[in-house]
Amino acid sequence: MSDNLYNSAEEVDNDRRKFLTTATAATGAVGVVFTLTPFIASWKPSERARAMGAPVEIDLSKLEPGQMMTATWRKQPIYIVRRTPELLAGLAKHDAELKDPKSEKSDQPDYTRNAMRAIKPEVLVLIGTCTHLGCLPKQHFEPGEAQLGADWPGGFFCPCHGSRFDLAGRVFNGSPASVNLGIPPHSFASDTKLIIGLDAASTTQGVV
Amino acid sequence: MTMANENKDNPTIEKKGFNAWLNKRLPIDEFVNSQLIGYFAPKNFNFWYFFGALALLVFVIQILSGIFLTMNYKPGELTAFDSVEYIMREIEWGWLIRYMHSTGASFFFIVIYMHMFRALMYGSYRGPRELLWIIGMLLYLGLMAEAFMGYVLPWGNMSYWGAQVIVNLFGTIPVIGGGLVEWIRGDYGIADATLNRFFALHVIAVPFALAFLILLHIVALRQTGSNNPDGIEIKANLNNRGNPLDGIPFHPYYTVKDLFGVGIFLLFFCGVIFFVPTFGGLFLEKPNFEPANPLSTPEHIAPVWYFTPFYAMLRAVPDQQMGALLMTLAIVAFFFLPWLDRSPVKSMRYKGWISRTFLGFFVVSFIALGYFGMMPADGLYVILARIFTTLYFAYFILMPWYTRVEKTKPLPERVSYDA
Repeated sequence: MSDNLYNSAEEVDNDRRKFLTTATAATGAVGVVFTLTPFIASWKPSERARAMGAPVEIDLSKLEPGQMMTATWRKQPIYIVRRTPELLAGLAKHDAELKDPKSEKSDQPDYTRNAMRAIKPEVLVLIGTCTHLGCLPKQHFEPGEAQLGADWPGGFFCPCHGSRFDLAGRVFNGSPASVNLGIPPHSFASDTKLIIGLDAASTTQGVV
Repeated sequence: MTMANENKDNPTIEKKGFNAWLNKRLPIDEFVNSQLIGYFAPKNFNFWYFFGALALLVFVIQILSGIFLTMNYKPGELTAFDSVEYIMREIEWGWLIRYMHSTGASFFFIVIYMHMFRALMYGSYRGPRELLWIIGMLLYLGLMAEAFMGYVLPWGNMSYWGAQVIVNLFGTIPVIGGGLVEWIRGDYGIADATLNRFFALHVIAVPFALAFLILLHIVALRQTGSNNPDGIEIKANLNNRGNPLDGIPFHPYYTVKDLFGVGIFLLFFCGVIFFVPTFGGLFLEKPNFEPANPLSTPEHIAPVWYFTPFYAMLRAVPDQQMGALLMTLAIVAFFFLPWLDRSPVKSMRYKGWISRTFLGFFVVSFIALGYFGMMPADGLYVILARIFTTLYFAYFILMPWYTRVEKTKPLPERVSYDA
């Protein structure tokens, strides 16, 4: 500090100079962080994208037992399956082969956290993107399908990386996916009218 | 060379006319003298030393062809696919410019993988070139990001689903994953917003970053000087003028040699562009000639060949988080090479058989994993992928051990070459 080329030591309070330089730099850094905020925030879904993500109404009157239909909500395919009593009965038989039979780790509204993962047991509503890396699991409802082995109980198979799910969207052991298929918030406006993205209990729109 | 060096040593030498006027204002001669003529490269460079210059060439090809593609490409989920078809069918020579760019992407990776293999073989990552290696690895990461985002732009079905799979990888990060994925996409799925921001990053942000890193890479190379197939420092033996005895001026010797390499390279490059532009679905995958469809996954989602080794590792693990982590580690491991290699020698020429075996296994694993990554995730392929993933990591993890215990050959005083 005494070796200052430009000023003799008596004239300069180096501690003060160091403090002021640091304080100025720190203030500048805070300013930079504030300036960055709008740029980073501009990457979030826009008002329009959020409006497009509003709840959708689905008419279930034409969905026959054992059939599946696909709707779109928030760019995600939503699988809606009307399960037959036989299919429902089969669900309890393979708990030992599932990674998470009670759906404790999976993403779903509380009102579907039950044995059938549904509000009405016969109507299954799933987010149709594999929890592994987002491909679309395909429907393979026929038990014992040749491609999937004799003990296949019927469910969904993801062609991308081979994840297997049962007819409640629960993932089988040995799949790359580690959690069950998600369930979107949904409710029934009437017996045949399903609303995806809206909980029955509240008026809030879906999960964020 | 002699003349040039005298110029450098003796700056008072008279320049006349325009040349004098110019150099007083812009030090062109000084730059050429210090960076090209005055830069001494080892005289024993071989085939493997073409690829640095070739990487620079492909970068320039990509920038130029890319500029012309942006003149007709329209980002946006409704316009992107059609505008690429428009370029292919209705713009004069549009198909050539587009195939140059798509073939250029694959050749970029071929050249970079050869360049990296050279470094692994001759120990170019070792001190004092650790930073040079790390800057190079950052370039590789930047190139991967650039290639991935570029592949999304044509908005074919593989573009869409590739983006879906890769972006969802960020979702495996604990706690912040879900929010991060939504932030990257700017929507609840891969959407118009995603395509537009990838376009911005692909044509401006990442190329700028790459250009800056290339500059740093070359500056760092000028500081340490090139390694060579013998892995010994040519700066250890200097002549009475302070120049390496085993070095020759980069210009004209290596500029001319590299130009020859450029000629051979362009033969292959043009051959692919003119005769096999999709390279049987390897350079441009078949499902990408269909428009993006959020409700239909291609039969097998596979990235382009240059990412498949890592993709195979991702699929080899029956847990998504671990798979993504392993894939990340497979790339991060390269950064630590300078400190993992404990051998007293740098080059494979003087290392022992264990190092050679592990490098061989590593190369075989990389190629095998690249193949498995393209195949469906069936039983046998997954098991083989696991075996080769283990071999891949063994190269890195066991390196501190095998480079120390093996018997190395004595290093020569001076570089060896056939004149």
